[in-house]
Amino acid sequence: MKSDMSTVVRTITDFIFGFIIVFGIYIIIHGHLTPGGGFQGGAVVASGFALFFVAFTHDFNRKKPQKLYGMFESIGLIIFILLAFFGIYKTFFYNFLANSGSLFGMTIRPGINPGYFNTGGVVPLMNMAVGFEVACGLSLIVYLLYRGEKKDREDSESE
Amino acid sequence: MNSYLAYFTSFLLIMMGIYAVIFKRNLIKIVIGVSLMESGVNLFLVALGYRKNGIAPIYTMAPSGHKMVLPTPQALTLTSIVIGLATTALMLTLTVLLYKHYKTLDPTKIRGLMR
Amino acid sequence: MKTAYALIFMTIVVIFMFYAITTLHPMGSPLHSEMDDYFIKNAQIEVGTNNVVTSIVFDYRGFDTLGEATVLFIAVISVVSLFRGVKKDEE
Repeated sequence: MKSDMSTVVRTITDFIFGFIIVFGIYIIIHGHLTPGGGFQGGAVVASGFALFFVAFTHDFNRKKPQKLYGMFESIGLIIFILLAFFGIYKTFFYNFLANSGSLFGMTIRPGINPGYFNTGGVVPLMNMAVGFEVACGLSLIVYLLYRGEKKDREDSESE
Repeated sequence: MNSYLAYFTSFLLIMMGIYAVIFKRNLIKIVIGVSLMESGVNLFLVALGYRKNGIAPIYTMAPSGHKMVLPTPQALTLTSIVIGLATTALMLTLTVLLYKHYKTLDPTKIRGLMR
Repeated sequence: MKTAYALIFMTIVVIFMFYAITTLHPMGSPLHSEMDDYFIKNAQIEVGTNNVVTSIVFDYRGFDTLGEATVLFIAVISVVSLFRGVKKDEE
């Protein structure tokens, strides 16, 4: 069935794919100030990738993107576990960067304030690692569910 | 009865999910029923931690003078949603493989182990 | 016959759920909230984030998040391994 998506879908996807990715990265990075975080932002980025897979069905004949996605997902999970092990001198999952003055460690006065980005300790780094992992994992699932059905149809038509 | 309205809504979602799992004859509709049940349970979890006239538990530009709702059930619901997603992904994969082998989506006709 | 059994089962479930909902505490005033009051009061001082929910998910209860990330990873591994035998069956 050689039905590609129509011109309207392809043009809109060309235009809006960048906005979806930027919006998802914004949700991931500002996880410690506004509602959101790693899992929610990762789901938004993965839905952007799903739109890209569905709209460009026939031009997508790169060899094996699943190795690239699998490698990035493993890197995200390994960084998350490494960040948990860095504070092992007191407990597992110790927040060793909070209120310390280095990378993300500014102290804030308790109360209502417009958010300051430099706070939070190890929480923004964990947000980014988990967001990376969730985005790559979910788009890998969508790609596999889509390709497994397409290859079967192509093979049953060529016989 | 006005104060129990959210609990009745989540109960309605769970009953619709149970109806779809028992009475429908299409594998995709059964998967949708399980997903409905998960949504109902997540709604029940979040509705448990509500305080009257409460605001979201976030300090960035919050309106002053209100109490905050309980944040712990929301953290547990995040984990529950991700686990529901993993379950749904595996169920859909098994549905694709079953369709490829038996060429039908009717669960009463897939009886390969009984012969 | 199977339809009648299923309808009786669903009626029993509906009656029990109605009874269970009326025994719950009315919505709006939770009974025990000492742990959440501690989280709301001390999340900005100890962790330094403005978002109390994220500080619970990643700092106070980070071990549950580790289990959740593992579950997601295992789901992806299972889908990859289930779709690996597809190409070899066709050839």
